[in-house]
Amino acid sequence: MTEKKHAVAIEVNGMAFQAEVPARLTLVDFLRDEARLTGTHVGCEHGICGACSVLFDSLPVRACLMFAWQAHGHKVTTVEGLANPDGSPSPLQDSFCETHALQCGYCTPGMIVAAHALLEENRSPSEADVREAIAGNLCRCTGYQQIVDAVQLAARRLGETR
Amino acid sequence: MKAAPFEFARAASLAEACALLARHGADAKLIAGGQSLVPMMAMRLARPAFLIDINGAADMQGIEFSAETITLGAAVRQRQIERDASLAARLPLLGKALRWVGHAQTRNRGTLGGSIVHADPSAELPLAACVLDATLLLRDTAGETEVPAREFMLAPMVVAITPDQCLAAVRFPAWTEARTGCAFDEVSLRQGDFAIVGAAAQIALDAGGKCVRAALGTSSAPIPQAHAEIAQRLVGTSLDDAVIADAAADVARAVEPDADLHASAEYRRHLAGVLAKRVLMAARDEARGRR
Repeated sequence: MTEKKHAVAIEVNGMAFQAEVPARLTLVDFLRDEARLTGTHVGCEHGICGACSVLFDSLPVRACLMFAWQAHGHKVTTVEGLANPDGSPSPLQDSFCETHALQCGYCTPGMIVAAHALLEENRSPSEADVREAIAGNLCRCTGYQQIVDAVQLAARRLGETR
Repeated sequence: MKAAPFEFARAASLAEACALLARHGADAKLIAGGQSLVPMMAMRLARPAFLIDINGAADMQGIEFSAETITLGAAVRQRQIERDASLAARLPLLGKALRWVGHAQTRNRGTLGGSIVHADPSAELPLAACVLDATLLLRDTAGETEVPAREFMLAPMVVAITPDQCLAAVRFPAWTEARTGCAFDEVSLRQGDFAIVGAAAQIALDAGGKCVRAALGTSSAPIPQAHAEIAQRLVGTSLDDAVIADAAADVARAVEPDADLHASAEYRRHLAGVLAKRVLMAARDEARGRR
């Protein structure tokens, strides 16, 4: 079967990516298979689990619920783009390690993206704020408590350095 | 899960969207936020041959205030409604409903019109539109048709729209009474999940505390229900707890819920009464200035 392809250009983590892709290719598949950025995970593929969360024009969205052509000309930030400029883990990513906020790690990129978006808007989130912000991200390992701890730890550290 | 193959076009305006719909008809679907359509395409419950993307249609993203109405373009994003201070002041029920809608990631993309046209029976925005007696402005290449929200939803995910019509905007009546209050409440398994039952109310009081206007609805039935007659009986009362309890009991009698895996019809009927009571009391207390 030959499917018609469309030229798509997306700025991902500050770098330009271009590819010829079929209309039905989702943004998350573009990121993983075309841009080769495999930090973003594919979970349920129908908008329930949050594993594929990325920042689309600075706002968190589910990358499985957009087609790549819809992101043409837009800016996307994946979990790779949230690390420090030298590639080392950001304070938020470090906090996830420190509080044991991951076990299998499947949900982690989506959690980091959701938590990052929260901390951009709210520098000292309450526990309820954190739980609300990650409500759209499923984790089957941690029971969430350590993830909440990680986000609040990161908020405290960012508060000291900001 | 991957969607079936399709082609697409981008509409830069409402008129372009209508022209594309006229050309592609029943094979086409409009896509804005895609938060309901794309999952259905992934599961192949929907297999449109052609998508018309209206994210670039700036004339479908406006919010207009007049003395008597508030009109929102169908493609206004849920996030924008949540954060618009003028809407919070003049149409607060929408913001209260949105606290129950999906998650930050879905509200950043999801639109008002998309939720209403998708017409999930448990969805919050269609319920709010029914409770407030909103009017839906449908457009095709021949012109505009107005349909009351209360007549738009026919069955779960079935609405009164033809394949070549596009929901252009949603017009809400503005409540200009000085003392108004509103509330939205629901029961769901988890935050952000589909509601088992939802309820919404809006109340206006005169200076003496008598109810002069009331709106009430529940999403316990196969489609959202505005309980207009029950709400009308509240007008002229002082909305004391006994009056509200009677109205809530009437709501529980008036609904005809379906049963499913998550809740029996009897449980939904019970919840409709409980939630009707809660939202009426909360709306009344807000109108009285006690929160």
